[in-house]
Amino acid sequence: MAQTTAPLAYLLHLADNALVLGQRNAEWCAHGPVLEEDIAMANISLDLIGQARMLYQHAATVQGNGATEDSLAYFRDAKDFRNFTLLELPHHGPLAGTANADRDYATTIARNFLNSAFTLRLWHALQASSDAQLAAIAAKSLKEVRYHLRHSRDWLVRLGDGTDESHKRTQAALDHLWPYTEEFWTVTAGEAAAITDGSGADPRLLREGWGEDVNQALAEATLRRPTAKGFLPRGKQGQHSEHLSDLVTEMQSLARQHPEAVW
Amino acid sequence: MTESSGATLPSPGEGRDGVGSSVDTGPRATASTGREWPLWEVFVRSKQGLEHKHCGSLHAVDAQQALQMARDVYTRRQEGVSIWVVPSSQITASLPDNKAEFFDPAGDKIFRHPTFYDIPDEVGHM
Repeated sequence: MAQTTAPLAYLLHLADNALVLGQRNAEWCAHGPVLEEDIAMANISLDLIGQARMLYQHAATVQGNGATEDSLAYFRDAKDFRNFTLLELPHHGPLAGTANADRDYATTIARNFLNSAFTLRLWHALQASSDAQLAAIAAKSLKEVRYHLRHSRDWLVRLGDGTDESHKRTQAALDHLWPYTEEFWTVTAGEAAAITDGSGADPRLLREGWGEDVNQALAEATLRRPTAKGFLPRGKQGQHSEHLSDLVTEMQSLARQHPEAVW
Repeated sequence: MTESSGATLPSPGEGRDGVGSSVDTGPRATASTGREWPLWEVFVRSKQGLEHKHCGSLHAVDAQQALQMARDVYTRRQEGVSIWVVPSSQITASLPDNKAEFFDPAGDKIFRHPTFYDIPDEVGHM
């Protein structure tokens, strides 16, 4: 296969996924349910932010015109982000616009599980990318996501098959998040271009294996697999929930108050 | 099973009303008080050929979780290539009160130290 460079839109989609979930999970830092778990979640966030950095650096090279990893992460607005909607949702179930709720660890775990099970297969496929840089990033990220999946799957089983309360909350989290996984399987124009030139992976080919992994974990966790009802999120096409702009605003506030600041 | 009733949260394999799956997550430690998770001692081997060294302790529900948490808490800066976890309750320790009779008699037996030999550099760790 000829060497290619992945389309910019595809790289930004992958980078935004990693950054947004990394930022979201970092909200647990110093608020974790127990000290050990607090550190574990911070480690996972740092892995994701590390992946985002590599992807933004690559994307900045592709884009040129003075783009840097920082300009892509901190000086694009929420509407320019191309992450899955699933990854920007807060750590709790659906609420009315003005309501607020405590963070719920079952939601955090269910999301990390659904997403890690998907990205494990995605990074695995992307090791064969015709974009050598992306293939190298995939190989490194694969090792990290193996651990993320192990961590979240372990907790999913413990919580699902734990007490009545933990089972109930984990099932509710799963029911809430499940419809958002539908976005894994759609193909945007950027993805289609990447699939055509061999730099990207076709997510539709990952669906069956993902479903088997998920079914097995849910059976162990004594959880019921929800059914999607036709809702199709479009975060990777730039149509986000109201939660992304809050997340992005907080994440970017320091860089925007002190542009070009250095350590 | 060594745990006393109500001491730990249910784990895989012993979940709600017998509906659980049968996942073996290794030995359990015993919680000392209330609903607090049991304590585990963590030993990390920093590189092949060296011994595992005690580096701290942590709370976890069972052995598998203790291992995973030890990875996150104690090997974040590439400190290790191998981890052991041991239930703290399984360690029998000498009492501080016995310090004199346990250790003082060795104090004047300098001939037990192998300091009267020159060890070639090539030998490395001994």
